[in-house]
Amino acid sequence: MEIPEIVGAGLIVIGAGLGIGRIGGSAMEAIARQPEATAKIQTAMLIAAALIEGIGFAALFAK
Amino acid sequence: MITKFNTFWALLGLMFVTSSAVAQDHDHEVHKEAAHKEAAAHDDSHHATALHEEDSETDIKAVIKETIDHHLADSYDFHITDGIGFPLPVILFDNGLKVFSSSKFHHGHEVASIDGDNYVLYHGKIYKALSTDIHTAIDYDDHHHVTNEKPLDFSITKNVFMILVMAIFMFFLFSGIAKSYKTSLKPQKAGKFLEPIIIYVRDEIAIPNIGEKHYKKYMSYLLTVFFFIWFLNLAGMTPLGINVTGNIAITFSLALMTFIITQVSGKKDYWMHIFWMPGVPVVLKPVMAIIELIGLFVKPFSLMIRLYANMLAGHVVLMSIIGLIFVFGKWVISPAFFGLTLVLSLLELLVAALQAYIFTMLAALYFGSAVEEHDHH
Repeated sequence: MEIPEIVGAGLIVIGAGLGIGRIGGSAMEAIARQPEATAKIQTAMLIAAALIEGIGFAALFAK
Repeated sequence: MITKFNTFWALLGLMFVTSSAVAQDHDHEVHKEAAHKEAAAHDDSHHATALHEEDSETDIKAVIKETIDHHLADSYDFHITDGIGFPLPVILFDNGLKVFSSSKFHHGHEVASIDGDNYVLYHGKIYKALSTDIHTAIDYDDHHHVTNEKPLDFSITKNVFMILVMAIFMFFLFSGIAKSYKTSLKPQKAGKFLEPIIIYVRDEIAIPNIGEKHYKKYMSYLLTVFFFIWFLNLAGMTPLGINVTGNIAITFSLALMTFIITQVSGKKDYWMHIFWMPGVPVVLKPVMAIIELIGLFVKPFSLMIRLYANMLAGHVVLMSIIGLIFVFGKWVISPAFFGLTLVLSLLELLVAALQAYIFTMLAALYFGSAVEEHDHH
């Protein structure tokens, strides 16, 4: 049986979603621990999230 | 306090008007085209009445898909809504320069004859016509692909037109602000709103990523890219049907410029880290070089895909939800989708700024890695 391409795209999007979720959650925890470092944590969070997001979109459009 | 609330309501009101205008625009188009198609289907063949219901449903879906595709694609005329719009100049390079108005194509219904050469507009692309009759102008192969030759096309399309408009707008806006600082250091007019953003790009994006020593060289590029992307993203949220940053050719050029600036400003340490990574066992050094070389091209590629895909996805989602109103076709459902569109439009406003920020931030990060100097002991 042949597995359609869209399943692979879906798997990648699930992975990207989990990754971004983890980044967001960890950033929340970090901000709660050290509210004075909020700006720095947010910047690092956005960069990491953007990098993962790129892969997610690449999977969607590679189909 | 009161003025604050006034501004808030004015903004909300504006959003409401904007989104309802979008909805109406599509309402108009979809209904008209649907009616047209239905009539055509009626004329052409005699479907069984039982099948007719199903047919009109797939028809509406096809029309919605067509409307979305039409909105996302570049075009040779600026179409705002039914009957409102204007043609743009077509510039072809084919046996000499040929400049004419895109109205000569009559939206693809007629062949345009210019100085003895014939051109035809077919599915948004210009081909050399084989004859002056529209029905025989295009030749297909077995797979229904067009086999006509294409002339070199430098036309001012909708996207090019919007880029030019935005460039002129930004030039006057920012040179005006810059001039106002000669008379007083207090920001004037638009400067009051834009100064904090310009300072933010300098203090939060450029300096931390590039460093105090080198950041000044890159400020002009970073500011230009930031405001260019941000303004065009916002222009995409108006009901004019503009989709410039959601076009891969434009994000490709932006990423290419970032790539070139990064490589040109690369110092000794930057190339050393790519080809002969210090602090790694010698056996691993060639392997690292290959990975770093791939990384060199992946970075601008991801810049390109991220901006393009984010803006494209935003447009597709918004228009699909508006389209759902017509698929369901029940007045009870419409307000729910209208509300959803409003909320998603607000989200898109955030994404518009966020994508401009991310692009500028990553560009600054790459410039920073290129000019960085290490002390190896």
